[in-house]
Amino acid sequence: MPDGVFGEGRLVRWTLIALAVGFLVLFLVLPLLAVFTEALRRGADAFFASFDDADTQAAIRLTLLVAAIAVPLNLVFGLSAAWAIAKFEFPGKSVLISLIDLPFSVSPVVSGLVYVLLFGAKGLLGPLVDDWDFKIIFAVPGIVLATIFVTFPFIAREVIPLMQEQGTADEEAALTLGASGFRTFLTVTLPNVRWALLYGVLLCNARAMGEFGAVSVVSGHIRGLTNTMPLQVEILYNEYNFVAAFAVASLLAGLALVTLGAKSLLEWRHGDSLSPARRH
Amino acid sequence: MSVTALRGWTPSIAKPSVLPGFGLTFGFAVSYLSLIVLIPLAVLVWRASALGIDGIWRVATTPRVLAALQVSFFISAAAATVNVVFGAIVAWVLVRYDFPGKRIFDAAVDLPFALPTAVAGIALASLYATNGWIGALFAPWGIKIAFTPLGIFIALVFIGLPFVVRTVQPVLQDFEREVEEASATLGAGRGQTVFRVVLPALVPALLTGGALAFARAVGEYGSVIFIAGNMPFVSEIAPLLIVTRLEEFDYAGASAIATVMLVISFAALLAINSIQAFSRRRFGHA
Repeated sequence: MPDGVFGEGRLVRWTLIALAVGFLVLFLVLPLLAVFTEALRRGADAFFASFDDADTQAAIRLTLLVAAIAVPLNLVFGLSAAWAIAKFEFPGKSVLISLIDLPFSVSPVVSGLVYVLLFGAKGLLGPLVDDWDFKIIFAVPGIVLATIFVTFPFIAREVIPLMQEQGTADEEAALTLGASGFRTFLTVTLPNVRWALLYGVLLCNARAMGEFGAVSVVSGHIRGLTNTMPLQVEILYNEYNFVAAFAVASLLAGLALVTLGAKSLLEWRHGDSLSPARRH
Repeated sequence: MSVTALRGWTPSIAKPSVLPGFGLTFGFAVSYLSLIVLIPLAVLVWRASALGIDGIWRVATTPRVLAALQVSFFISAAAATVNVVFGAIVAWVLVRYDFPGKRIFDAAVDLPFALPTAVAGIALASLYATNGWIGALFAPWGIKIAFTPLGIFIALVFIGLPFVVRTVQPVLQDFEREVEEASATLGAGRGQTVFRVVLPALVPALLTGGALAFARAVGEYGSVIFIAGNMPFVSEIAPLLIVTRLEEFDYAGASAIATVMLVISFAALLAINSIQAFSRRRFGHA
């Protein structure tokens, strides 16, 4: 194909590539480099010493705990919603699908705020919660709730479109051959959506471990008790303890890189078995 | 009589099916959705409605709140505009050209989705501070980026970057080359073809991506607060003001600002849906 008629000339092409790459380097590569550079500024010893701190270790444990509760719950929800929506016809289905996506259009701060209004000291159910001597706001349950809220749609939105596309023929065949409903789900439906499910779990987990705004509103920032890793990053940073702040941040950045890598691998290797929107 | 008709427990809301489990999965999904998302959001609306429309208006138009809403709104719009321009270039280059490292750059576009916002926030703040790698380049000219509204702009460009690229990319991929060839055969230069044939078909996707980036930017908190400086009336964003009100136990004030922000993001959502409906009618794709 002659340049200039069906394609752009070399000059235009390389100018556009330079602009795009320059923009991506400036906004994506440099911030990422900055995280690791700042973390290692005083050498590897200072970097590793950052993790000797008991509060930092508590923050890492809390982040793992919160993700270990939020992700499985949203996984069960995603599968339930997908089964009901993809395998059955009922009125109001499209409304239900839009409602599932609702948390994505709510600011993280507002996602935390709603639970404070519900369970906080002056909240709707605040007095009730007090009577039971059970803390939700400024405690771990509130952090878990806020995390579930912000990661709510991740798994459902990967699985629903794929299951809808796959239809019900496989399941009907299994049932006709005498399998029970649950067995059909486990041995027919689940394997059909496994890559999309893994994809959703990866994204859900990355957000669950990295959420800042919503968790910050409900956490109360109690050291060693209600600080997750992102909140610990904030505290260390505000104390001008930059090496430690960036050391914890580099763990989170590492998680983001692993997530991106795994996600791209899934798109390349198993693109056909992902949600239609994920196929390049 | 079919098998399903015998299953008395099949709830009447779904059409009969041989597959079991509708009641259980539908019931669980709707209950969980209500408990986690719908009821808490309803409480927010209920709290705000106790103030009444004029009460919300009074809170929203106090000088400090109004200033914060303006900062959030205008800087988000500016960042979304930059995202539309550079998002279009990035999508074009990723779809149409080959260059070394293309796959890595393609994967990296999703970084703002994957990188925790607090991490992005401190990284950008350290880059754009007057002694940072980029901030130091501008400091000699007396331009400060971090801890000014410019810093907010940088953070919001970062956070909105993937939206436009990921909305435009699939549309560009499906765009039929025959149309461009037809345009060229009819005597159009390459520039004419790109700007009068290809670009108009991309407009709905560009607008959708821009609106998504804008909606995300208005609500963004983590990546902004580290680089913003957070000066009332200058570089204080609306989400931060909600947090401040909450710390003062001013639940009504926080709810009022939150309601205004919800209205803005739903307006953006509505705009996105109308653009997509229009685009489906006009071009046959969203």
